[in-house]
Amino acid sequence: MLTRDEKLAMLEKMLLIRAFEEKAEKLFMRNLVHGTMHLSVGEEAIPVGAIFAIKSTDYITSTHRGHGHMIAKGGDLKKMFAEFLGKDTGYCHGRGGSMHIADFGLRNLGATGIVGAGIPIATGAALALKMQNKSDVVLAFFGDGAANEGVFFESLNMATIWKLPEIFLCENNQYAMSSPVKRFVPTPNISDRASAFGIPGISIDGMDVIAVYETVKAAAERARSGKGPTLIEAKTYRFKGHSKSDKNLYRTKEEIEEWKKKDPITTFAARLMEIGDLQQNEFENMKEKVNAIIEEAVKFAIDSPEPDPKTVEKFVYADEKEN
Amino acid sequence: MREITYKEAIREAMIEKMREDEKVFLMGEDIGVYGGAFGVSMGMLKEFGPWRILETPMSEAAFTGVGVGAAIMGMRPIVEIMFADFLTFSADQLVNQAAKLRYMTGGQVKIPLVIRAPQGSGTGAAAQHSQNVEAWFFNIPGIKIVVPSNPYNAKGLLKSAIEDDNPVLFLEHKLLYNKKGKIPEDDYRVPLGQPHIEKEGDDITIVTTSIMTYRAIEAAKKLEEEGISVEIIDLLTIKPLNTEIIEKSVKKTHRLLVVYEGCLTGGIGGEIIAKIAESNAFLYLDAPMFRLGGKDVPIPYNKNLERAAVPQIEDIIKKVRFIVKGDWYA
Ligand SMILES: Cc1ncc(C[n+]2csc(CCOP(=O)(O)OP(=O)(O)O)c2C)c(N)n1
Ligand SMILES: [Mg+2]
Repeated sequence: MLTRDEKLAMLEKMLLIRAFEEKAEKLFMRNLVHGTMHLSVGEEAIPVGAIFAIKSTDYITSTHRGHGHMIAKGGDLKKMFAEFLGKDTGYCHGRGGSMHIADFGLRNLGATGIVGAGIPIATGAALALKMQNKSDVVLAFFGDGAANEGVFFESLNMATIWKLPEIFLCENNQYAMSSPVKRFVPTPNISDRASAFGIPGISIDGMDVIAVYETVKAAAERARSGKGPTLIEAKTYRFKGHSKSDKNLYRTKEEIEEWKKKDPITTFAARLMEIGDLQQNEFENMKEKVNAIIEEAVKFAIDSPEPDPKTVEKFVYADEKEN
Repeated sequence: MREITYKEAIREAMIEKMREDEKVFLMGEDIGVYGGAFGVSMGMLKEFGPWRILETPMSEAAFTGVGVGAAIMGMRPIVEIMFADFLTFSADQLVNQAAKLRYMTGGQVKIPLVIRAPQGSGTGAAAQHSQNVEAWFFNIPGIKIVVPSNPYNAKGLLKSAIEDDNPVLFLEHKLLYNKKGKIPEDDYRVPLGQPHIEKEGDDITIVTTSIMTYRAIEAAKKLEEEGISVEIIDLLTIKPLNTEIIEKSVKKTHRLLVVYEGCLTGGIGGEIIAKIAESNAFLYLDAPMFRLGGKDVPIPYNKNLERAAVPQIEDIIKKVRFIVKGDWYA
């Protein structure tokens, strides 16, 4: 059972992700960002529930829509915003940007821009853990679109035959860019695909942080005990456009509004209030605290220096000389 | 003549060919209501319906192969890969299947397949969405590679590519999509395999592709003020590589610079220069031949780093001055 403090921590993490994303969008609107971004507003329950369910020593692989994964894993918001603004103080020294934020120290093995490409990397990490007799597990995040790439099926097969300590967590936000799951996945659930491999496949309400937490917890136990992978599909919704440019031509306002009623943050806060774990004023204080953290991080990023163009060739090879 | 954008030119070529030939269809991700990531196919779904503007799941490896299979059966598919970088997923079907099927089977089959993909840097999309990929496929016999630089040649070349009976990799440039240019009212083609003399000049030949043609034109204006007369040859087709026009030009200007955005090492410049070195145009040279390519780095995210990674107008100017000045090995 989760303690009250743990539940409040989860709520706060979700707020932090939401605030990060909203700030990122504002910076973008102010033309401070050269590049693109993929916001996870509406999907916060998945990274938070899932990452609270594994150990801090466990690993994740992330996606192009990865800010939430990184924040839930304990990412440094200053370095994240700095990277978003292409600064030298950013996680990737301005080389990667929004889509490639990673912190190997925190065991986030990276966010890829090639949809689906993170899945086999997670499988490889899980293989290494098995070879090294470690007890850590790897949690692979990927989208519904990625679940149609060949590498997804191929990785799931290998993870299964080798009984690797991996959790396949599909964030089904109903669309891959403009492509609705309804049209591109022939069965009701992406988790149905697990049956082809004889492993557990579970679909859950991805707007419910507790459901995500409990499901991933069970999958992590299974993975850790050597029984192999689980395929989890968390159904959610992307409240914002696919990326910087999106006129929502592929979905209706009504549909968006309908899903917004299931907002993972407000629904969770309401539940906590109902059971007396949270007071309105505490919730307000939490939001203020989060906003202050965000403002401080953004200030750091804005005040940070740009990378020197003369260093453009740095980091290509591992055997370069330190200068 | 009318003025349209590069993006519109590509769309017009597809629409006109699809009206004319029922076997032509477009296939790819998000090409329907979304119009593709860059809006190239915007509005086409309405006219042609969901079977001719065929939206695929995210499955590049397979749907590139689906294009090959349909082409074998006599269809003329245009496969859109959202970013050229994702051709890595398509690579087997392109390299081992489409490019080789005809040869391996002793000429039994034709693969009239066009693969369209945008490439290039300048949008801040970082290392996996900004590459120039022509060199990846440059040494694969059986594929043609086309790189249009303006609305006129984009439309004319795409029509030729669709009518060609070979797999054609048609590499568009993201930064060019909204560039405007004049095109004729009447139906026309720009043939594959024919470089274009973009501008005549006497002192140096610059061979360019894609967006580098624009940068070379700007550089040439500046250099002309300094009394250096530049001839620009826009390659248009990278493979098969036709260097005849370049040879002729070099015999006139006596100097050669190849400018390309892709990574310097293993890029197209080396091959062009090798061909000139092997031709009798070599005997006319007054200077070593030079390349100006992208740095050998993945494309970085930060704007200044990104700029530094690929040739800019001022880099071309500097390089030409250096070549013309004469103390190359000082
Ligand atoms: C291999 C590949 N194909 C296409 C794209 C372009 N693209 C980027 S994100 C995306 C949709 C991904 O959908 P999904 O996996 O559901 O993740 P979501 O964006 O919904 O979070 C597409 C088509 C890509 N980045 N990589
Ligand atoms: Mg999705």
